[in-house]
Amino acid sequence: MSTYEILQHYWWAIISLLGGLLVFLFFVQGGNTMIFSLGKTEEQRRLIVNSTGNKWEFTFTTLVTFGGAAFASFPLFYSTSFGGAYWAWMIILFSFVLQAVSYEFQNKIGNLLGTKTYRIFLTINGVIGPLFVGVAVASFFTGSQFIVNKTNFIESQMPVISQWTNPLHGLELVEVLNNLLLGVAVLFLSRILGMLYFVNNIKDIDLEKHIRKNLPIETVIFLIFFLSFFIRILRTIGFTVMPSGEIAMESYKYFHNMIAMPVVSIIFIIGVIGVLFGILGTIYNKSFNKGIWYSGIGTVLTVFGLLLLAGYNNTPYYPSTTDLQSSLTLQNSCSSFFTLKVMSWVSVLIPIVLVYIFYVWRKMNAKQIDSEELKQNKEELY
Amino acid sequence: MFDILDPAFVDWSRAQFAMTAMYHWIFVPLTLGLGLILGVMETLYYRTHNEMWLRAEKFWMKLFGINFCIGIATGLILEFEFGTNWSNYSWFVGDIFGAPLAIEGIVAFFLEATFIAVMFFGWKKVGPKFHLASTWLTWVGATLSAWWILVANAWMQHPVGMKFNPDTMRNEMYNFAAVALSPTAVNKFLHTVISGWLLGAVFVVGISCWFLLKNREKPLALGSMKIATIVGLAAALFSLYSGDRSGYEIAQTQPMKLAAFEGEYQGGADRPFVLFGIFNPNKKAPNDKVDPYLCKIEIPKLLSLLSMHQLHAYVPGINDLLNGGYKLPNGSKALSAQDKIAIGKTSIKALDAYRAASKAGDKDGALIAKVVMEKTMPYFGYGFIKSPNDLVPNVPLNFYAFRVMVGVGFYFILFFIVFTVLLFKKNFIEKRWLMWVGLYSIILVYIGGEAGWVVAETGRQPWSIQDLLPTAVSISKLNIGNVEASFFIFLTIFTVLLIAGICIMVKAIKKGPEPQSLNN
Repeated sequence: MSTYEILQHYWWAIISLLGGLLVFLFFVQGGNTMIFSLGKTEEQRRLIVNSTGNKWEFTFTTLVTFGGAAFASFPLFYSTSFGGAYWAWMIILFSFVLQAVSYEFQNKIGNLLGTKTYRIFLTINGVIGPLFVGVAVASFFTGSQFIVNKTNFIESQMPVISQWTNPLHGLELVEVLNNLLLGVAVLFLSRILGMLYFVNNIKDIDLEKHIRKNLPIETVIFLIFFLSFFIRILRTIGFTVMPSGEIAMESYKYFHNMIAMPVVSIIFIIGVIGVLFGILGTIYNKSFNKGIWYSGIGTVLTVFGLLLLAGYNNTPYYPSTTDLQSSLTLQNSCSSFFTLKVMSWVSVLIPIVLVYIFYVWRKMNAKQIDSEELKQNKEELY
Repeated sequence: MFDILDPAFVDWSRAQFAMTAMYHWIFVPLTLGLGLILGVMETLYYRTHNEMWLRAEKFWMKLFGINFCIGIATGLILEFEFGTNWSNYSWFVGDIFGAPLAIEGIVAFFLEATFIAVMFFGWKKVGPKFHLASTWLTWVGATLSAWWILVANAWMQHPVGMKFNPDTMRNEMYNFAAVALSPTAVNKFLHTVISGWLLGAVFVVGISCWFLLKNREKPLALGSMKIATIVGLAAALFSLYSGDRSGYEIAQTQPMKLAAFEGEYQGGADRPFVLFGIFNPNKKAPNDKVDPYLCKIEIPKLLSLLSMHQLHAYVPGINDLLNGGYKLPNGSKALSAQDKIAIGKTSIKALDAYRAASKAGDKDGALIAKVVMEKTMPYFGYGFIKSPNDLVPNVPLNFYAFRVMVGVGFYFILFFIVFTVLLFKKNFIEKRWLMWVGLYSIILVYIGGEAGWVVAETGRQPWSIQDLLPTAVSISKLNIGNVEASFFIFLTIFTVLLIAGICIMVKAIKKGPEPQSLNN
C-alpha cells in the first residue's frame, strides 16, 4: 500500500470515528424526544432540558467537523452527496437550526413562540436528526442514484460534475427498507443513550424509575431494527472494486469484508457488546448508573466498525445504483496527497481536543443535576 | 457553451447563500466583540473582587448567549451550503477550500463549544481561575474560528498555493502556508475581527446609554461603558488602518472590484476619490458613453493615494480593465477582457484535448495539450464568460455599500473620541442627547458591518473564485423549485428566530442585571 493509500484509509478512519462520536452524542437528540414522555412535571422537563443543555454543542460541533473533514478529505463525496441528496441534508439542517436556538430561547421571557413550541422543536430535531443521519449512513451500503462525470465540466451544456438522477433529491432514500431500518435503529439507540445519560446525570427518583422501566422496550425495538438491518446487509449483494478498478456487484460483500478484516469485525463486535452491557447493566442493576459510558463507547466502536466495513477492503463507500462506475471509492473521491498529508498533521491535535473535552466533561458532570440546582441557579440554567 | 444554465437558478442559489451569510453576520461580530469585553470584565472581577464586574459580566453574558446560539445555527448552514448548492465548486476547489473548514472544526469550534459550557454553567462547578480561563478560551475559540473561515474566504478572493490537475479535473493545494498566511487572509482577518470588536463595543455603549437614560444601574453602565469605549476607540482606529491595507491589497489583486466600489469607469493617473455621488439610472453598460453620475463630490488625487499609496499613481477603471492596453506595474501591457476570454477558451480546449489524448494513450498529444493548458491556466475561468460586460459587478450596489461601510467607520472614530473625552467628565450622564446617540448608533454599526460584506462578496462577482471559477459554473444540478423552496424555508426560520431573539434581548435588557444576591 502506498503512502497515499494509507492516508486515504487513515482519513476514512477519521471520518468513521467522527461518525461514531456523532451517533454517541445523539444522546442529546434522543433525550429530547422524551421531554414530554419522560418529563411528567415541569421540574422534570427542566431537568431533562438542562441535563443535555451543556452538551448539545458537542453534537453540533461534531456535525460541523464531520462536514468539514469530509469536505477536506473526500471532496467528491461532499460535492455529490450534499449537492445531490439535497432534501435529505436540508431536512437535517432545518432541524438543527431549530435545535440550536431552542435551548437558549425555550425558557426566556419574550420568546415569541412559547416554551412548549421550543421544546417541540427540540423533539423534532431529536427525531429527525438521528433518523435521517441513520438513513444517510445506510445509503453507504445500499447506494444512491447519481452519476459522476468529471468531463462534464468542459464538454456538457450542464457543466456539473455530480448529478443526482432521482428528482426527489434524497427523499427517495427513505423509501429503501434497509435505509429505514438503520434510521429507526439509530433513533432508538439515541433514545436509549439519552435514557442512560439521564440515569447518570439527573438525580430524580421518579424519573429514574420510569427510565429503568421503559429501557427494555426501547432496547427490544432498537435490536429488532438494528439486527434486521445488519443481517440483511450481510446477506445482500454488495459493491466491490475489482482489481481492474471497475466497480462490480459481489454477493455477501459485507460479510466477506467482516471475514477479510478481523480487526474491524472485533471492533464492531466489542462495540455491540459495549452497547448491550451498558443497557443490560442499567436494567438489571438498580444502582448501576455508568451505562452511558459502556453504551456510549460501544456506540462509537460499532459505528466506527460499520463505516470501516463500508469503505475498506476495496469497497466503494458511496455506491451509485444509477451507474456503478460512478460509485465513490476512497481512491477516486479523496483529496490530493499533499492535502491529506497536511490534514493528517492537523489531526495530531485530535487527542488534545479529546483530553480537554474529557477533563471539562468530568468537571461539569461531577455532581448530578437535581431540583435544588434548578432552584439555586434559576437565572443561569435553561 | 453552457446555455442550459438558467441564470435564475444561479441567482436563487446566490440569494440563499447571501441570505444565510448576512443573517450569520448579524450575530458573529457581537460574539467576537462581546466575548472580548466579557473576558476583560471577568479579569477585573478576578483581580479586584468587585461584585459590580461580576453582575456586569453575567448581564452581558445573557445577551451574548441569546446572540451566540443563532450565530452557530446560521454558521452550520453556511458550511453545508457549499455542498448542497455549490456542488461543482466543492469538487473543483475542495482540495484547498475544505482544509480550513476542517481545521476550524478541529482546532477552534471544539475549543469554543467546550469552554462556553463552563462559561455559562460552570460558575459553581469549577474554580474562579478555571472559569476565567474558560471565558477567555471561548473568545479565543471564536476568534480562531473566524481566522480559518476568513482564510477560506480570502482564498476565494485571491487564490494562491494551488495548481490545476487535469487528471483529477480540480485545483490541488501545494503550499499550505501560502493559503493559511496569505496577505489577503491576514488583512481580511484583521479588518473583519476588529470590526466585530467595534460592533461589540458599540452594542455595550448603546445599551449602557439606555440604562443611564432610564436612570438605572449607573455604576454598572458606566463601568461597562468605560471598557467598551477603550475597546471601541482602539477598534475604530485599527479598522481604519486595516481597511486601508485591505483597499491597497484589493487594488493589486482584484482591480475590477476596486473599480466597482469606487464607481470608477474611466481610470487614469491622479484619480480623485468620489466622496459621495448619485448614480445615473440611464447608465446601462460600461462603455455606453453615458455619464455614470448625476452628481458627485470628489477629493482630488485621493483614489490614487488610497489604492496605490502614491499620489500620482495610475488607477485602472472598469473600461480600462475591459479594454486593456494600459501599462501594468511590471511594465507589461494589460490584456483586454476579450483577449482573456479567448485565452480562457483556449485553455478549456487544451484541457479537453489533454483528456482525449490521455484516454487514447497518445502521450505526445497529451503533453502538448498540457503545455498549452498550463500556459493559459491563469485565464482558465474566463473561458466560461460569455461577454466582457459580464465581468463587471453591480457597480451602484458596490459603490453605495462601500460608502456606507466607510462612512460608518469614520462615524465611529468620531463617536468613540467624543465618548472617550466626555465619559471621564463629571457631567457626562447629564448629556442626554449623547445617550440617545449612543443607543441609536447600535443600528448604524450593524448596517456598516453588513455593507462591508456586500462589498466583499458582490464585488467579487461574477467569480466564486477570482479569475478561476465563475459563480454560474459552481452550482449543483437542482431544479429551481428546490432552491426556491429551501430559500423561503430558511428565510422564514431565520426571520422568526431573529425576531424572537430580539424580543428576548429587549426583555432581558429591560429586566436588567440580576440583584447582587442572585449572583452569589
